[in-house]
Amino acid sequence: MKANKLKVSMTAAMASLLLLTTACSSGNSNSGSGTAEGKQEVTITFRSSGSEDTLTKYFESGLIEKFETDNPDIKIKIAPVLASEGDYTSKIVLQMKSPDTAPDIVAEDTSIIKSDAAAGYLEPLDTQVAGWSDWKDKFIENLKAGVTGEDGKIYGIPATSDTRGIWYNKELLAQAGLPVPFKPANWDEVLEAARTIKDKLPGVTPLNMIVGKSSGEGVTMQTLEMLLYGTNDTLYNDETKKWVVSSPGLLDSFKFIDQLFNVDKTGPTMQVALNGQAGSIAFQQLFPQGKLAMAVDGSWAGSTWFENGAAPIENVADKMGFAPFPTQNGQEPGAITMSGGWAWSIPAQSQNKEAAWKFMEFLMNQENATGRVMAEGNLSPRNDSVDVAGYTDRTYTAEAQALLEVAKFRPANDEYATVSAQLQSIVESIASGKLSPEDAVKQLKDNVVRALGEDKVEVK
Amino acid sequence: MKRKPRGAFLFLTPSVLLLLIFFIVPIILTICFAFTNMALTGSAARNLQFIGFQNFTNMFQDPDFRISVWRTLVFLIFSAVIGQVVLGFILALLMKEKNITFRRIIGIIVIAGWVTPEIVVAFCMVAFFSDNGTLNQIIGWFGISPVSWLFSFPMVSVIIANIWHGTAFSMMVYQSALDEIPKDIEEAATIDGASSFKTLSYITIPMVKGSIVTNMMLVTLQTLGVFTLIYTMTGGGPGTATQTLPVFMYNQAFVNYQFGYGTAISLVLLVIGIVASLFYMKSMKVKV
Repeated sequence: MKANKLKVSMTAAMASLLLLTTACSSGNSNSGSGTAEGKQEVTITFRSSGSEDTLTKYFESGLIEKFETDNPDIKIKIAPVLASEGDYTSKIVLQMKSPDTAPDIVAEDTSIIKSDAAAGYLEPLDTQVAGWSDWKDKFIENLKAGVTGEDGKIYGIPATSDTRGIWYNKELLAQAGLPVPFKPANWDEVLEAARTIKDKLPGVTPLNMIVGKSSGEGVTMQTLEMLLYGTNDTLYNDETKKWVVSSPGLLDSFKFIDQLFNVDKTGPTMQVALNGQAGSIAFQQLFPQGKLAMAVDGSWAGSTWFENGAAPIENVADKMGFAPFPTQNGQEPGAITMSGGWAWSIPAQSQNKEAAWKFMEFLMNQENATGRVMAEGNLSPRNDSVDVAGYTDRTYTAEAQALLEVAKFRPANDEYATVSAQLQSIVESIASGKLSPEDAVKQLKDNVVRALGEDKVEVK
Repeated sequence: MKRKPRGAFLFLTPSVLLLLIFFIVPIILTICFAFTNMALTGSAARNLQFIGFQNFTNMFQDPDFRISVWRTLVFLIFSAVIGQVVLGFILALLMKEKNITFRRIIGIIVIAGWVTPEIVVAFCMVAFFSDNGTLNQIIGWFGISPVSWLFSFPMVSVIIANIWHGTAFSMMVYQSALDEIPKDIEEAATIDGASSFKTLSYITIPMVKGSIVTNMMLVTLQTLGVFTLIYTMTGGGPGTATQTLPVFMYNQAFVNYQFGYGTAISLVLLVIGIVASLFYMKSMKVKV
């Protein structure tokens, strides 16, 4: 009798468990990227900034149709992720963790690609690129470092490249009596120009730099590294493989930010600066309204003002300029820029790797790769893009492309994301006057040591 | 026939299982993960390792963590304990035995804050406190120049927002508790010559003590978990000015991608919640 009851209890327990597990698993049946109507479905995921997303528009402008006509057994599904830059990374990582949700092609920021590769989320593409004639000599060589993992394998195909510099409103600078075209020779001239604008043009924000940690990687790359790499110091010592958490150059970079925001007060208001959309506010509102004179930002930002951009400006080339950012004291090579960009990768958990590669090859051929960067206002990773009609004729492209000569790249290391996050928070604290440049250096050192260990850092 | 306990066990099985799968297991997992180097990306994501108390050691050495605990306490005391609990009680007391239309009008106004979802509250408050927002327009009528509230007084702004959002809950709890006090007791006190303050402190408050403690616990636990409101209004900034523990935890887990560290912080948050609840129960001598 007793044994019977126990059996009944056990059966009931098992039944409940079974019920639960089926209930849980039924949700997965329609996800993943199996076959649709007998076709292989390739899902492609990238970051979308909203309804004005140029990449979605570009995909839908006939590109996908063309591929599907040529490859009737493959169906392409675009799955943009609407998220801020920081959230995008965590969202795609969570997607890539499971074969049920992993897309087949994913856009990876080159700052995170090494991290994701080290985590085992990405498929090495060495075999594929070995059989692809374009890879060897059509892609700009130094961009390949950005998609190579710590283990020396290729984890993505560079899709866009960019440079950074000073965007400026020619009319406002002329009104303030500054020379146009603007070409500052060192940091002091940048700060001096900002002060002049503040004196002469009340109501105009002299110089915008991205400092709000909600803007994510932009803070590190567009602001701090643009400064730091123009000094004699760097963020990472490639020889010792250690992070340089304290150096004269770093202190001077912090001082520049402090000078701009707290001493001269020539930066944007904190309400704008700390907003996660600070870049969009600057380029879509303040610049077109004539309320901003200069901004340090990426080469793509100017496309906002093109005819099909978010905030078109008529005769844009006459009104707006793009100047190289100078090195600290004007030392060689005179100007500095950071270059980064996005790459296409195939997640390790993808179910359709072969079809995905087929589409990636198509996506990155000369015509399509160039078409995309032209639509987005970026620079192309392919050196034969210059042969495509219209590529170099685009406004600002020649200037941005020329800067590639002096381009520096972010440290090629999977710890970069951790250090960058620390820098974002510290730069925000300096700009908002909560931290002095000296304390900032100390805090950065403490935080990085805590995160990575004493043996990973060095002081210059 | 004599009932056997095993029969009861049979019928309890489904609920026990549900609890186990959806409640106990995640908690145990969270506790386990707090002792690992779990990360969202990077080589640590591939090599999950037990690292003992490393996360906790790091946390207690982290000045950002200490700041966050302090911010959490400030936010908790001002927005939950003082703001919602006291204000809610005063509102309920003022509305007691008032005209039903009056009660309804006031009730609707206060409850509007409560029924509004947290994210909507955050956006309303950003609109209210922003540079050319409602508050600056109002003070502009009196000739006062605009203030960057979210930058100059970030903590005050988020505290006001949370009070606005949560007070109605306390008010409703107290209203129902106050309505249950028999009228004759307070009347008797009044006839005996007790002042209204004495009636309040010796009769009314002791009689609703249970509701006060329950409400304080609920409001505290709810406030400890406030994330959307702060993250949307200030992002935890400027600097670390409004970085409470949930914001700090989010930054560690989803910005720095350190899940193990993030879960360790969440455990500390849990402990603070438990300690606060025990403290309320002890101080008010209520048994739950």
